[in-house]
Order: sequence, then C-alpha cells, then structure tokens
Amino acid sequence: MTQSRREFLQNCGALIVSFSAGSLSVLSAQGQGPFGTHPSHIDPEKLDSWLAVGADGIITAYTGKCDFGQGIFTAQSQLVAEELCVPIARIKLIQCDTSVCPDQGTTSGSQSTPTNFNSENLALAAATAREALLSLAANRLEEPVEELRLADGVIIGKRGRRVRYEELIGNKHFNLPLIATAKRRSAADWTVLGKPIASLDRAALMTGQFEFVHHAQIPGMLHGRVVRPPEMGGTVAHVDERSVHSVPGLVKVVVRKNFVGVVAETQYQAGLAAGKLAVQWNPGPELPSQNGFFEYLQKQPSRDALSVDSRDTEAQLAAASRVIGARYTYPYQMHGSVGASCALADVKPDSATVWSATQSAYPTRSIVAKLLDMPIDKVRVIYLRGSGCYGLNGADAVSFDAAILSQAVGRPVRLQFSRQDEMMWENFGSACAVEHRAGLARDGRIVAWDREDWVASLGNRPGYDQPGNVITGMLLGYEPELPEPRSVKPPAGKFRNPSNTVPSYFAGCIAGSCGGGGTIRSERALTHTVRSPFFTGPLRSPLRIQNTFANECFMDELCAHAKADPVAFRLQHLQNSRVIGVLKAAANAASWQARRSPRADISRAQTVSGRGIACVAYEGDNGYAAVVAEVDIDLQTGTVRPKRFVIALDCGPVSNPDGLRNQTEGGILQGMSRALVEEVTWNNRRVTSVDWETYHSLYLDYEMPTVETVFVTPANVPATGAGETAITVTPAAIGNAIFDATGARLRDLPFTAERVKAALLAHRAERA
Amino acid sequence: MKTITLNVNGRQHSVAVDPETPLLFVLNDELGLRGPRFGCGMAQCGACTVIMRGEAVRSCVLPLSVVGQDEVTTLEGLGTPEKPHPIQQAFIEEGAAQCGFCLSGVVLTAKAVLDVKPDASDQEIRAALGGILCRCFTHTRMLRAIRKYAEARRV
Repeated sequence: MTQSRREFLQNCGALIVSFSAGSLSVLSAQGQGPFGTHPSHIDPEKLDSWLAVGADGIITAYTGKCDFGQGIFTAQSQLVAEELCVPIARIKLIQCDTSVCPDQGTTSGSQSTPTNFNSENLALAAATAREALLSLAANRLEEPVEELRLADGVIIGKRGRRVRYEELIGNKHFNLPLIATAKRRSAADWTVLGKPIASLDRAALMTGQFEFVHHAQIPGMLHGRVVRPPEMGGTVAHVDERSVHSVPGLVKVVVRKNFVGVVAETQYQAGLAAGKLAVQWNPGPELPSQNGFFEYLQKQPSRDALSVDSRDTEAQLAAASRVIGARYTYPYQMHGSVGASCALADVKPDSATVWSATQSAYPTRSIVAKLLDMPIDKVRVIYLRGSGCYGLNGADAVSFDAAILSQAVGRPVRLQFSRQDEMMWENFGSACAVEHRAGLARDGRIVAWDREDWVASLGNRPGYDQPGNVITGMLLGYEPELPEPRSVKPPAGKFRNPSNTVPSYFAGCIAGSCGGGGTIRSERALTHTVRSPFFTGPLRSPLRIQNTFANECFMDELCAHAKADPVAFRLQHLQNSRVIGVLKAAANAASWQARRSPRADISRAQTVSGRGIACVAYEGDNGYAAVVAEVDIDLQTGTVRPKRFVIALDCGPVSNPDGLRNQTEGGILQGMSRALVEEVTWNNRRVTSVDWETYHSLYLDYEMPTVETVFVTPANVPATGAGETAITVTPAAIGNAIFDATGARLRDLPFTAERVKAALLAHRAERA
Repeated sequence: MKTITLNVNGRQHSVAVDPETPLLFVLNDELGLRGPRFGCGMAQCGACTVIMRGEAVRSCVLPLSVVGQDEVTTLEGLGTPEKPHPIQQAFIEEGAAQCGFCLSGVVLTAKAVLDVKPDASDQEIRAALGGILCRCFTHTRMLRAIRKYAEARRV
C-alpha cells in the first residue's frame, strides 16, 4: 500500500510524538572509540542508522562508502548538507566503522555514487530526514508543511515563526524507517551539491595534520613486521628463533603455519628482527616464463563464459569480404601505493579492534573474526585512510596480519609492510590476452566480430569468507578462489557487460533482447578464466581497462582497413546515445579533423605526431567516456610523449565538478603511466619488480600532457560512477594515436620505447 | 638505547632510542608528527621528505646519529591549517592532492629548490622533483601550485 506524501508526513509526526527519546549521548558514552566515533543503530532500513541531529545542531551522517583520496568524503558531506539545507560545515561524516556505520560492502567498482547519490541509502536517508523534520516543525509551529521553508538548519513558517532542527530532535532518535517515496531536492535547486566545493581534507593534508592509518597510535602498542616467503607457494621448513635473540626490544617471533612475523618494542627493532630472522623455506613451484607467458596462458585449462553468442559468426566471417584478426596482450600491473600498507590491531581475549585502510570494513571484520576464531560481533573494524589504493592493494592483508600478531602477543600491534611485502604480494591487476576476428563487408561496414579473451586469475577480494584470496589467508592454509575449469554454456538472461568484455559496437542480443551499445548482430564474446601464478584482484578499472584497450584498438584497426575516419566509423556502428554523446563531445572539443589513420602526411622528421580516440560505456551502463589523445613519437628512440588529452565524460549529475576534474586528470595520467611503463616482472622463481627501481611509474619530473575535461550531462538521468571511466579509455587512445602518427600498430602493453622501436622496424619492413 | 636531543620545527626534543633509528621513525613514533610518511624505506619515493640544512632529504634512510643539532623541518613546521605557509596555501587553492600521501616530498622539495633559486624555471623545478612519486597522478595540479607559489614569492 502506498501512502500519499501528506499521509506519510502526518503519520511520521504522530510517530515522533510517541517515540521513546533514546539519547545518543548515553550510547556514545558506552562505546567511545579512540577516534571519537560513537555507536548507533546499523539497520540500513532505519533512518537512525544513517543520520543523527545533535543538540548542538551538528548532523552526524554514517556511511559505508569511504574516501581514499577520490573525494567521496566531501561529496557525501555535500549530499547530506544539500538534502538537509545546512552549511557543509555542520555535517560530520563517519565512514566505515563497523560499530556505527551501515554495512555497504566494499567501496569499489565506481559504485559509491550510484549507491549513495540516487534514490536509496544515504541520499534517501537525508531526504527522509528532511521530510521528517518538516513534519515535526509543522506540528510545533502549527502550520501546514507546504507553507514551511528550510534554511541553514532552521525551519521557518509563513507567519515567520522559526524552529531549529536541534530543537525538534536534537540528541534524539527519529525512530523512522527510510521512506522510499521521500523526495530528493531537485538538481535545479542545488546550492551545495553540484558545486566545486574545495575538498574538506585539503588544509589538513597540506599542513601535515591529516591522520593516515600510518600515524595512528594506541597506548602500549608494539611494532610488527612480517617475513614473507621468497616466492609464491613457498612454505616454512624451519624458523631459527635464536637468530634474533640478540635483537634488542624483540617481543616475539610469531609462526602460524606458513605465516611468519616478528613483534618488537619499536619500528626500527621490528625491522632489524625481520631482516635477521633465519627462515628456511621450501621452494614453491617453478613459474611459467614471462617471455611467452600469453602463449602459456592461452593453453591452460579454463573456466569459460560467453557474454554473447549469435551463433553465426563463423558463417558470417566466411562470407565477409575481408577478415581481419589480431591479438592484444595486457600485462600484470600493480596498485603500487606510494605508502606501503599499514594497520593497527588491538586483540584482547574476548574482543578485537582493527584500524584499517581497507575498502571493505565489514568483510574485513568477518575475515578477522575467522582468523582469530572470535565471534564476528566481537570484532570492530574502523576505517582510517591509507595511501591511495586504486583497488585491492595490501590494505586487507596487513589488517589480517596485524590482528594475528596482536593476538599472538596479547597487546596492540602496529604493522607496517616493507616495500617488498607490498609489491611482491599484493593482488595484481590481471594479465589478459584478447584475440579478435572481424569481417568487413565490401563497403567497409563490420558484418561480424568474434572475440575470445584469456584472463589470469587467482584469489580476489576476501569478501566475508575467503581469507585465502590474499596472501595472509594462503599462508594460514586457506584456499584461494580458483577458476575451476568449466565448459561453456550458452548465454542466458539479460545482456550484461560488467567487465567491458563486449565492445560497444555489439548489439548484445540474448534470446532476441538486445542490450549492447552497437549495431553488430553477428557477435560472439567468449572469456577463458585461467589460474594465475600470482594473486590477482581488482585494480582501478579491473578488466575494463584491459578489454577496452583491446576492443578500442582493434576497432581502430578495422577502421583503418575500411579507410574511414575513426570517429565516423565508430558512430556508424553505435546506437547507445550516451556513448555517441561523449564521442561527439570529445571530437568536437578536440577540434577533430575527419580523415583516415594513419595520417597521409607522415613527415621524415625525427618526431612525428598523431591523434587517436577511444570510447566506452563503463560496465555497460555505469558512466560514459571518450578521449582524444595527441602524442609525439621519437622515431629514433621509440619514446612516446603524450601532449594533450581531451576527454568527454557523462556520469549524469556531477556531485562536485572540481573533485571530478581532479579524479579525471588523475585517471588519465595514471592510465598513461600504465600504458607507457608499468609492468610486473618475474623470473622462473619469483616476482622481480619489488620496488620503484624495478616497477616503473612516471615520476613528478615527467613532462605531463595537458588534460581538458568536458562534462556531458543529459537531463533526468541517475548519477553513475566516474572515477574509473577516464583511465579505461586512455591506453587505447594512446595506441591509436601511435598508429595514426606512424602506421605501426602496438598490440602489447606497455608501449615501452623498445617495443615501439621494434614495431616501427617491423612496420617499415612490411612496407618495403 | 641512548638519549638524543634533536631540533624539529623549531623545538628541542629528547628521545631515548637506538642512534641508528631512521629519523622518520622518530618523527612519526616518538614525536607524533604526521607530515613525513613511510613510503618505501629506500629513498625511492620521497614520502618521508624533510628539510635539513636547506635541502630536501629522505628521512627514511637517515639515521638519527647523523642528524645532530641541524634543524629538521616537516610539513607541520611550515604552517598550520589556520595559517598555512604560502606554498601550502598555493596547494590548497589549486586542490593539488588526491590521497595526499606523497605531499611531504612534493611540497618540501619544491620549497627547498625555490629557497635556493627563486627564479628556477619549470624545467629546473621538475628536475628537482625527479625522485618523487605521486601514484594518484596529481602532477599537473601540483606543478601549477608550485608555479603559483614561485611567481608570488618573486613579487
């Protein structure tokens, strides 16, 4: 039964009158944590789980989506301020503390905005609270709700009488459910949301006042270090504790199955002990050679899944005027956080608290409980920001490790990973190979496209019950999530494209219903998931960047074969209006000149220039981007120098344009670093890219290109994710620009100078 | 274990630690400072940067025993949120951070260079930032903030 808004407001007024005024301050006295957090109800259906109005007029909001530098702290504060019509300074946002915040799973996958900024969760809570306050005020002021207005935390009646929020409900519970029909303020009326508010952490960050998890201190805490095996699959043969007896301040050597760590009085002593501890390791299995890895990958048993299959691609390819095929490869890459991960744990006999930079507070709580053999409700995880993570870096593993060490010594432990602990054992972004075959009609139109990819996978986020998905769990004897070989079933249900496996140009038809972005109806996309020799996990734009690189570069190849302009050729095969929108906007903003690639006028100078374009519907429907890359290539050295990026982005209504520009610039430049230099390396025994000399990233001296960002905002669409769309299209646009400038097609990432040089030589030989 | 005095951000501190302890650990764990941060422990990233003798140095590889009485300046020593140093103010205005973990290296290295050479060119500033990593890739905003500060201090 649906209530009218008026009935709801009347009812909720009645409810408020009868509620048992539970004081928040009493609760906070019971569970005050060292970081000033306090408990509340956590049932996400209840308004009090999300919002509380203090007697001082401060509005505390609780969220399960946390800020790692992507700006969601500020944006969520804006959201609450907007819906409640108060200045942003009056919002206190508590993020990801399992004792007070709703369980919103993991902050990942560009899901925070769609989850909390549309018509559910935090946004709905704020809207519900505003309507409840209006109703309370109507009772108090004896005026109808329609005649009330809100300003700066005050509700004002038509006759000029005023009442402050805290006078209505300060320090009391709303005792209301979230009301699905509560109305968001119209974007046209926004005064806080949608504005380029300076991120709230700025001044503290710039002046060294901001508390990262690395700085948190607990009275009486000790310092830990872990001692990892030298290679994947290594197991403990013997630990000689006498080797560290002379280290001053050593408290304990902790060995649990293959987990080894040390605890000492100071960080320096812990480091000394970790370095000196003599551990004999049984070797792990030999690794497949890095040279030839993708050939190895494509021969392994796999778990197979079809995203789409029109079952006529072979026939259509056979009938096509021309068939073009190519293989693309994408290497393992790292999150490579600047700060090696850190966590603190205080494990007591019957309870535990962990301060963690995890993206997954509640899942981490479950895993910690499992590893400590403790009931889940006795474990509290409090989020504290770490170094930017870009996905599953070492933050989860270090939290588990800290808890194990603290339990072993019965005192609080702060654990700092070394650079090698971080880089050898994080869950890398998956290596992938993609093989395309497409048929062109005589007029150049694509008539069929068949695509197979191979994804290396081992482990993942640990979730609520899979500790073996990261190194800690594996060392303790838990199994990682494995891609069990499975033969393929025909696609069923609604067409989905969560990993951007399917190019935007496919019609995406399953049983007659088409959900793809394009017009190609003879289509097949088959994914083989293969066991990886290393841990893998989500890294900013997981699989979306790999697939989009392969799809958008191959589209460019088809375009070159069709002798068409890359924008016009894409438009010819697209029907998704939002992809079309960003494609046109980017081309327009970049003053794109319609012509075919490679450019006809390749000069004989040492440095040549080109432009390339790429576009994506992120996860099929969670954000849209197109980017134009302009690059210079030094033909002598093979060095690629991006000069300019112009990106058009459609993520629906923008919460904070300045924050989004910052994310977009960062996404493009990070994507550029990943396209040009980043690659995990290994020998036949172990990972060899274990620091910043062996894993490459573009330093601050790199002459960065300009980035121009254009927002495309259609009317009446929900807010989508936006932090991962820009990076997704960047490598492909660079690859296409290299082709435009030189005629050489780079199909293997990263585009190192050596690779570019080799491709240029091969291209010249081909033409000769 | 030895009691050592050191001069940080204009104040004398006494700490009882092993003299071989890296300065970074003393700043973080003993003095509770949050500006310098542990990034790599190998002087490869700059997150632990402090200024000593007018130069940006990596405190993660600097044993306390060699610090002596030289004044150590961290991000906290430049200014406060209420009264930021002009270079911090420029970073605030430009919004030149994402996660912000790398800021000590960026801000203090740029300041040290411009203290010595106020008319340093963009290339010279960039060259000085050669060993500093920002993995959020806020490079463009950071260099804009540095340029803004450099231009303002020349006036």
